[in-house]
Amino acid sequence: MEERQLAHFLQTRLVEFVRLARGNNFQVGVAEELDAQNVALKCGLGNSMRLRWGLRALLCSDQDDWERFDELYDAFWHPANVQSRYSAGAGGLTRKRQDARSAAEGSRQEDIRSSDADSQCADDSDETDNGGGTREGASFAASLAKTDFQALTDPDEMRAVEALVDRLARQMRKRAIRRQRPSKTGKKIHLRKTFRNSLRFGGTPMVLHYRERIKRQPRLVLIVDVSRSMSMYSFFFLRFARALVSVFRDVSVFAYHTQLLPITEALRQTDLIRVRNSLAMMSQGWSGGTRIGDSLATFNDKYGQILNSRSITVIVSDGLDTGEPDYLAAQLARIKPRCRKLVWLNPLLGRNGYEPISQGMQAALPYLDMFAPAHNLNSLQALEPDLTRL
Amino acid sequence: MEGEDRVTTLQARLAEAGYIAERSLSASLLLFTEMQRPLLLEGDAGVGKTEIAHVIARVFDCPLIRLQCYEGLDVNSAVYEWNYQHQLLSIKLLEQDRVSAESAEQAIFSKRFLLERPLLAAITQPQSPVLLIDEIDRADEEFEAYLLELLSDFQVSIPELGTITATSKPYVVITSNGTRELSDALRRRCFYHYVDYPEFDKELRIVNARLPEVGPQLSRQVVAFVQDLRKLDLRKKPGVAETLDWAAALLKLGINSLDAEPQLLLDTLVCLLKTREDSIRLESFEVERLVARAL
Repeated sequence: MEERQLAHFLQTRLVEFVRLARGNNFQVGVAEELDAQNVALKCGLGNSMRLRWGLRALLCSDQDDWERFDELYDAFWHPANVQSRYSAGAGGLTRKRQDARSAAEGSRQEDIRSSDADSQCADDSDETDNGGGTREGASFAASLAKTDFQALTDPDEMRAVEALVDRLARQMRKRAIRRQRPSKTGKKIHLRKTFRNSLRFGGTPMVLHYRERIKRQPRLVLIVDVSRSMSMYSFFFLRFARALVSVFRDVSVFAYHTQLLPITEALRQTDLIRVRNSLAMMSQGWSGGTRIGDSLATFNDKYGQILNSRSITVIVSDGLDTGEPDYLAAQLARIKPRCRKLVWLNPLLGRNGYEPISQGMQAALPYLDMFAPAHNLNSLQALEPDLTRL
Repeated sequence: MEGEDRVTTLQARLAEAGYIAERSLSASLLLFTEMQRPLLLEGDAGVGKTEIAHVIARVFDCPLIRLQCYEGLDVNSAVYEWNYQHQLLSIKLLEQDRVSAESAEQAIFSKRFLLERPLLAAITQPQSPVLLIDEIDRADEEFEAYLLELLSDFQVSIPELGTITATSKPYVVITSNGTRELSDALRRRCFYHYVDYPEFDKELRIVNARLPEVGPQLSRQVVAFVQDLRKLDLRKKPGVAETLDWAAALLKLGINSLDAEPQLLLDTLVCLLKTREDSIRLESFEVERLVARAL
């Protein structure tokens, strides 16, 4: 009887562990809860290291998971000896939040709706409805600087804008698809089809069928500046990016301020609250200073491989950089030959009297295939023919 | 501690077959062979991902079937293809014999005219083979989706022939270099192991195992040099394969200590630095510094 209780206890603990992993953004589900039991059976519970390695192989699905796993494992199975970001909370284990304020609050849902949220939302939506780019003031910037991601998801006012962006994204996609349609006049014979149809004529290929290379829509790589100087626009572009992610097949989105983070998966989640949570997780330093050069260097080193001959790289930034212009130029020089087109969208360009004279912008210009304003929806829509033609 | 023993045994067998694996990798491999779930290996180029599949095939003494993925890979080159030339010929011959159309069709769409490609070959072996799907990220999403179906059902349906069910379940090793983000579905179906650059000790053992004639002194220097080189900000970090190439090159040139012939040493660095930027970046005084540290 005791043994059965122990077995039951261990099984429960394993399930709890898998759920903890899920809570920490590991891509695991019920199937893995069962598999974990199997893995434990194969590995044996007597050997802690083997169980650790087994569960690691089962539960991790990329390098990021791989690096986080040990800490998670220790926090769950050896809580006493570990000081970590993961800790036992009221409702099981939850990830400790960085800031003290939300750590004090028990439930996550609560802290999402922080007190000053509503006023910020109003500010932000108001801004975008006006088309953005025209209003600017110290107080406004300061309030956005400490924004969470409420403005990205919450208000009804945003829905109109999102619908517009979504429609735009769909239009772009339609264009792209039409380009894909194969024509009847290929150059190579489609042997299989020809042969199959020749059976009607006793094996004589009377009608030839052709094949040709399929045209694809381009791969889009969007790199969005979310630093303080861009805070008026960054939410707008994130919404745009989210619409793109949901409509295009092949999009990668990165956000950067002082460092660069991939946010495609975060944007892809259908549940808006989860989008917001994922983004909030990566948000340390959000709306801080800009280091375009460093961020692009990270992009080149870690994610440069996603660029291929049919990718269009779109950098959204005002070009106000605190780093060395030469370094920025060097990074752009690395990106340029690896993709088809390099586009820079600058929200400031839509402003009257703006000239791209900042050092960073000057350094970047020689590498760009297209340099265009994007301070509101209209200017983005105006870009549509160019983007689809690229 | 039976499981422990088996990890050790596997580790030893891997070493015997010429692959130095750390314990965690051996444990992953043991689990992978026991549960026959696909194993997804990720890591930088040149850390020995592909080699793992080769060595498993050697250790378990089973055939290795390799599918190299590339952009545009389709079912015809991955699963099966009909041998059209033979089919056409055979139709002509059957015509002379005045065979009925129906039986003629049966004849030419039989297994005799089926060209097996790696995936079909892998599931029709008498003995479980190791199926290496190399650089899956180079193939497109459509192929990945097809692969998922194959990996869950282990059957292939050919319209003209019917469904072919697996006679043996292959050990599937999938490698990825991260050219493209893989789908979560595929990741979830696989065990995952991230292969990192080896630590000093491990790399030293690899060099000694592969190139015993290098000798303890030079191999130690070579590995120390490469380990330090990886810490620099290079565009393409040298992998284990590069270390081995370099050691072999030094051996050929008769260099038995890194400080012996500085000029010759600089010339051999082409084995390690694979881009122009990197070779420009690594200036001679920096090489000297690295050599001094490696001695």
